[in-house]
Amino acid sequence: MEWTDSAAAEQARQGDQRAFGVLVERHSRSVFRLAFRMTQNEQDAEDLVQETFLKAYKQLHRFDGRSAFGTWLYRIAANCSLDLIRARKNRRERQTTLTSETTDWLDRVAAPDPSPERLARSGQVASLLKPALAQLTELERTAFVLRHYEGRGIEEIAGVLGVQTNAAKHSVFRAVQKLRRALEPVAEVAP
Amino acid sequence: MNHLDEEQLTLAYYSEVDAECMRHLEECSECRLRHERIKTALDNFPDFPVLERNDAYGREVWNRLLPKLAAKPRRSWLNWWTMTPVLASLIAVAFFAGMLAQRNRQIPGISAETRERVLLMAMSDHLERSEILLVELAHAVPDENELKMERALARSLVTENRLLRETARSAGDESRAALLDDLERVLVAVANGPASEDAADLDALKARIQSNDLLFKVRVMSANALQEGRKL
Repeated sequence: MEWTDSAAAEQARQGDQRAFGVLVERHSRSVFRLAFRMTQNEQDAEDLVQETFLKAYKQLHRFDGRSAFGTWLYRIAANCSLDLIRARKNRRERQTTLTSETTDWLDRVAAPDPSPERLARSGQVASLLKPALAQLTELERTAFVLRHYEGRGIEEIAGVLGVQTNAAKHSVFRAVQKLRRALEPVAEVAP
Repeated sequence: MNHLDEEQLTLAYYSEVDAECMRHLEECSECRLRHERIKTALDNFPDFPVLERNDAYGREVWNRLLPKLAAKPRRSWLNWWTMTPVLASLIAVAFFAGMLAQRNRQIPGISAETRERVLLMAMSDHLERSEILLVELAHAVPDENELKMERALARSLVTENRLLRETARSAGDESRAALLDDLERVLVAVANGPASEDAADLDALKARIQSNDLLFKVRVMSANALQEGRKL
């Protein structure tokens, strides 16, 4: 019989590691996706997946089942990602967050099956996306990624960021403004 | 109702505005036109490139994770890399605050600009660590022993905060001094709190952090100090 998330979490809370393993196997891909979106770095995302599950394991007693396990885990992952971004903020310039390796990869992903026209446009987008992302503060990037790409509500984003809802809304807006300004030449053209 | 501003029009795309705004958007052709432009831009926004993992990934993660579960992880934010900056900042702040307080005193080889820069960087660093503490507290759940680490960090931050506040005040920087004043009240409350926090006390502490957008202001001021410091 397959465990539901809440049943597995309950079992895990009582010390059943196999049950926790079920949750890890079930949610690893979505945690990685979020971590990668937040950090834009594969190794960082891998580290964050490990950190998220370790933290979740340690804090299982705090999971009260009022929200879905996935939502609770998601908050931990977003917080871990945000902490990592903040911790690195002083150590390197934001421009170097996207490594040249990632940039090359961005170029490749932007045009999976390139016609000359699409290649040109996606190359433009990729070349504009890098500095556009670098312009965002960690709050703006987190708020935007969570709202635009992950479809999370403002209340939840505010909870992850530890700010009030108006501040979370404003962060989303500022991010959109900056990105639109940077991508306007190509992004607002109908595909 | 007035026309919607850019922020409302953008948030309407995500359905994050109230019913009155949505109603206005339906009725007002001018706002609808502006909203359409934003909608087109966001609809055509390039997807964030994501590396997708295959179906076996969950098992791989679990295999890597399993050996680590026996030993419970330590709290990462209180490792050496957070405590070392605390001590380093404290020394730097104490030194340069003293210098600033006695403006006539000069040390050959250290310009006023350098002093200012170090102070701003120390300020940014202090605020960033305070921010981490505030975020931890904002998400804390009443639990015995759970706040011991937070209290230890708060105690180390109080001294540093006091020095920075006095330095800001003596330099006539009232806005920074006022924020540091607000922050200090919270830090002192955390540092001197009981060994374990009950739910009501913790809620009061969280309310204090939420009041006046303290966390948001700390973030903004930290970023500003860093930016100003880098410019010097």
